[in-house]
Amino acid sequence: MNYIASIGSYALMIKEVFKKPTKWSIMKSLILKEIDELIYGSLGILIFISFFIGGVVAIQTALNITSELIPKNLVGFATRQSIILEFAPTFCSIIMAGKVGSYITSSIGTMRVTEQIDALEVMGVNALNYLVFPKIIALMLYPFIIAIAMYVGIFGGWFAGVFGGFSTSADFIEGLQLDFIPFHITYSFIKTIVFAFVLATIPSFHGYYMKGGALEVGKASTTSFVWTSVVIIIFNYILTQLLLG
Amino acid sequence: MIEVNNIHKSFDKAHILKGVTTLFEKGKTNLIIGQSGSGKTVFLKCLLGLFIPEEGNISYDGKVYTELTQSEQRDLRQEMGMVFQGSALFDSMTVAGNVMFPLEMFTKQGKSEMQDRVDTVLKRVNLVDAHHKYPSEISGGMQKRVAIARAIVMNPKYLFCDEPNSGLDPKTAIIIDNLIQEITQEFNITTVINTHDMNSVMEIGEKIVFLKNGLKEWEGSKNEIFKTDNKAVTDFVYSSDLFKKVRQMFVEERN
Repeated sequence: MNYIASIGSYALMIKEVFKKPTKWSIMKSLILKEIDELIYGSLGILIFISFFIGGVVAIQTALNITSELIPKNLVGFATRQSIILEFAPTFCSIIMAGKVGSYITSSIGTMRVTEQIDALEVMGVNALNYLVFPKIIALMLYPFIIAIAMYVGIFGGWFAGVFGGFSTSADFIEGLQLDFIPFHITYSFIKTIVFAFVLATIPSFHGYYMKGGALEVGKASTTSFVWTSVVIIIFNYILTQLLLG
Repeated sequence: MIEVNNIHKSFDKAHILKGVTTLFEKGKTNLIIGQSGSGKTVFLKCLLGLFIPEEGNISYDGKVYTELTQSEQRDLRQEMGMVFQGSALFDSMTVAGNVMFPLEMFTKQGKSEMQDRVDTVLKRVNLVDAHHKYPSEISGGMQKRVAIARAIVMNPKYLFCDEPNSGLDPKTAIIIDNLIQEITQEFNITTVINTHDMNSVMEIGEKIVFLKNGLKEWEGSKNEIFKTDNKAVTDFVYSSDLFKKVRQMFVEERN
């Protein structure tokens, strides 16, 4: 019953986010601040993780090719497919649920416990629009960092494959180009946009409606990470079934 | 002037306010006192329009809150200033940014005009060198003064303060109390203060409303509170030894 009530509250929150917009001159600076915090601030960790995961995928694939009948270009092919279809959009989003999601929940939660949200409401400011809308807009740039993660992941695979002696550069690149379906990129970006919305709103929901003090802010961040991850995984399944099934 | 007419407020099965009626006059510091759980905070939040009473109504200079349209309610909110117990300053903004926030949000003033207004109100609360500091870099007393500056920057008609001197040393608490009283008289604001602090009651209580179990038990001025024989009020106000002695001296003087 609680879950249904929470889904209802979440839907009402989303409706409220788009009502009574904040003055554009203020909103503009809030959006730029959130882009810096949520997008630019996440670039480093995603590049780092993508490079090494791409490398590991290439090495694991190469090590598991035992039959001579399997072409050597499979390393590049498998790396491309893994990174584009799942690693970059889905697993990066799970990582972002930890990094960005916790930040959103704890920053909004702290504003709640220190009465800063009450102060906004008393002034007649639509606090949900002021706090959540800039995050949604900023995270609409999330596909750009996922595109970078895809590129770096594949580069990591090439680097590990070639310099680790698991594949030649020519084989790897041939694998990358083999049976390429452009719609897979579209599919990946559709997922990314949906996950971006989830990443902006579910942590905001947990922060905005939290009750209690500092300890509860920590608990809300953990709960928010769990639910954001769960929802991302469920949407990943649904969207894969709808778009590729 | 704020008129409160027989307001009732409940949460689930808990009946918090059980028909409170009172009047808060313009240019006066009105204090709400009572024990924890007496309904003070709920009462203040009803006055702020954050809670809507199930019965009764609150009118602000003749305008009944619940009879206003949403946009009229928002306009009315902009005529209210609030000083929160913990100051509730925005951590990410400087002192000047905090005070300027309502101006940026609701006025079409230019940057220099807003800056002048911010300078004026910060000077009024005796904060001249803190413009570029962040809330975490200033003391609790200074934070309260910034909160007062933010509350009055839009020239409000109504000022609400929730425990404005909690957590402050007695000297700073008196400075804050006096500042609120001076501002109330200077700008002719209707000020309502929620407090536990008996020093505030004795210092600035031009009108005091004592709540007990969600009912208005007593109301009067700081002079009348010395004379009252209402047991609930005397038990609450004179609960400390110091105030008991003060009361005793007063009674002896009267006899």
